[in-house]
Amino acid sequence: MSTQTENNMEQNQNTFGVISKGLKKRYRAEKIFKSLGFSAVLLTIAFIVFLFTSICFNGYSAFSQAKIALSVSLDADKFQNENIADANFPGIIKDSLQQMFPEVKSRNDKKLLYALISQNAAFTLQEKIERDPSLIGTNPTIWVLANDDVDMYLKGRIDMTTAESDRRIKDKQVQWLDQLKRNGQLKTVFNTTFFTSGDSREPELAGILGAAKGSLYTLLITLALSFPIGVAAAIYLEEFAPKNIWTDIIEVNINNLAAVPSIIFGLLGLAIFINFWGVPRSTPLAGGLVLTLMTLPTIIIAGRASLKSVPPSIREAALGVGASKVQTVFHHVLPLAMPGMLTGTIIGMAQALGETAPLLMIGMIAFIVDIPGSVTDPSTVLPVQIYLWADSPERAFTEKTSAAIMVLLAFLIFMNAAAVYLRKKFEIKW
Amino acid sequence: MKKKMLIAGAITLSVFGTTVAQAARDYIEIVGSSTVYPFATVVAEQFGKSTSYKTPKIESTGSGGGFKLFCGGVGVEYPDITNASRAIKKSEIERCAAAGVKDIVEVKIGYDGIVLATSKAKPALQLSEKDIFMALAKEVPTADGNLIANPYKTWKDVNPALPNTKIEVLGPPPTSGTRDAFVELAMEGGAKKFDSLAELKKADEKAFVKVAHTLREDGAYIEAGENDNLIVQKLQANPDAVGIFGFSFLDQNSDIVQGSFINGQEPTFDAIADGSYPVSRPLFFYVKKAHVDVIPGMKEYLGEFTSEKSWGPEGYLADKGMIPMPDAERKEYAATVKSLKTL
Repeated sequence: MSTQTENNMEQNQNTFGVISKGLKKRYRAEKIFKSLGFSAVLLTIAFIVFLFTSICFNGYSAFSQAKIALSVSLDADKFQNENIADANFPGIIKDSLQQMFPEVKSRNDKKLLYALISQNAAFTLQEKIERDPSLIGTNPTIWVLANDDVDMYLKGRIDMTTAESDRRIKDKQVQWLDQLKRNGQLKTVFNTTFFTSGDSREPELAGILGAAKGSLYTLLITLALSFPIGVAAAIYLEEFAPKNIWTDIIEVNINNLAAVPSIIFGLLGLAIFINFWGVPRSTPLAGGLVLTLMTLPTIIIAGRASLKSVPPSIREAALGVGASKVQTVFHHVLPLAMPGMLTGTIIGMAQALGETAPLLMIGMIAFIVDIPGSVTDPSTVLPVQIYLWADSPERAFTEKTSAAIMVLLAFLIFMNAAAVYLRKKFEIKW
Repeated sequence: MKKKMLIAGAITLSVFGTTVAQAARDYIEIVGSSTVYPFATVVAEQFGKSTSYKTPKIESTGSGGGFKLFCGGVGVEYPDITNASRAIKKSEIERCAAAGVKDIVEVKIGYDGIVLATSKAKPALQLSEKDIFMALAKEVPTADGNLIANPYKTWKDVNPALPNTKIEVLGPPPTSGTRDAFVELAMEGGAKKFDSLAELKKADEKAFVKVAHTLREDGAYIEAGENDNLIVQKLQANPDAVGIFGFSFLDQNSDIVQGSFINGQEPTFDAIADGSYPVSRPLFFYVKKAHVDVIPGMKEYLGEFTSEKSWGPEGYLADKGMIPMPDAERKEYAATVKSLKTL
């Protein structure tokens, strides 16, 4: 008896020895794993911070824009024609610049002088007079947009240490700008154009509204189609479909579709929607249809998962008190599964919002100035606008690109926050 | 719930029903070259602002992709105009004709120079076409005329007068029209300088083109994608690298990058315009004559593009970096547009 206990004790001590020997190693492994995980998180945060700061640093200046005051003389004899649009508006603008800087005489210098303001100044003036014809005969002061090069110079984005011939802003122009600034005829204002106009080849006129509206219409079509179809498909597959080889095949296919590169959907959309159905190219309708195909698998998978997470006891109880299968699903199961389905839908939508590749095939990567008014007007979407601006030669488009990315990010953060909010709000704990 | 879904489905379906029959289009549809895109868009914007017509829609599909869409057929669902950074090929004319697009008007609009640019931190490179070929071809001829894999590592290996820096060239991918023009003009020009290759050209044109058009794949030539702004930024970061892109990007970024001299010529506006800079190519657009009277504003758009205030030497396209044609050529093509003379 006593020898047995002794034996046991000896064994215990041995085990204890083995454990305590390995203990240090185990603690160390744990520490290493923890610190690896921690540094992974740190690294991710560092990347995100770097990305955001570089985008914000490049883009914040796009939200302001330089304007120059011109006092224009609108003598009645310049508007002989009945049609106001026939008047020589560029000429009036040039005259007023000439008056402000009478010392500028040579042809080259004049060209430099006119380059201070945007080509759009004449159109601004025309619009103003068309709205208020009583201005004719007066000498109003109007604020016009500065040229993009001037804007870049004022924002300090042009390297002024290089030789004059290599800069897009010459020394003379700098002098004139200084003079304007002293006279209070140069100011920097919030860039409303950026939020109220469509695309343009002049950076100072380019805006995001056209693309934002295009994105909105496209997403509306996508949501209107993919949400009902996706939810119906998920309900049928999860609650009603018999378990046989066919439903297995469908399930595998849906899971596969979720992993198909998005450009394939673009090709499919080109072949079916545009070439076969005759849906007009480059429209939110065509884009929405293609993105529906892309988001459907995401919504179906998320929908099925949330239906699956509703405990069977709910179904059994409903069936037990005499509800039909349809009543059980629509009165009891679906309301409980809805938060999960909504989350899945919003994530699918956020994915669709950032998509460009499939839209390439259906002509949404295009230069479109007019702001779309319906789903059948040609339009582009936010990420496509970013892509187009990133590829434009003018320096000022760099900051527009970053600003557009900021707008897109704001949209995405808003949508994802909505998904989190919905989940938290409707979440039911068992 | 299900009823609501059914109704929603019915509504969306009926929406399709009405839009499937595409009504007459009231805006011009333009496709084609990404090189012409920055110029065509300026004209389109000007046209949209100064007339009562809608602003044309312009897709950047590349020259080849543009012809494919353009030659799809006649009717509002096909584009009216395609831009191209090269002339239409015979095969493309045939494809067009097969689809019923028989009357095509060719309009040359100006020239674009291709530059080999470097950062301003170093002096500009003095290259010849032969240097470019030796630096970038996959296979180069030896003294006795045999082809060997390109052994040159530095610019000094290519030409002792050049600096002793690694050959590192950032350029467009094969889908780009800029790349087509670069290999055709610069690489072929350089290849012809070798006697053995000049003989090969006479004997076997195809084999010659293969040698002249194949860029090396050992890392000295880096495909930098279609985004030329990115190349400019990379040049700024790496003063030893050379970038290949269109003149308009050099023009817009002349405070950061400089064009290398080719055969002693600097890529300037004037040198490209008078043809003394060797690597430049014509730009075109092609008009479907059958659409001119169908789509509103076609004639006016063509008029805007071919007016002196847009494509003239003082026009706004020149401000954007397009090299205008000489006076006689401009006159000729303006007349072509007026009379809509077909190919």
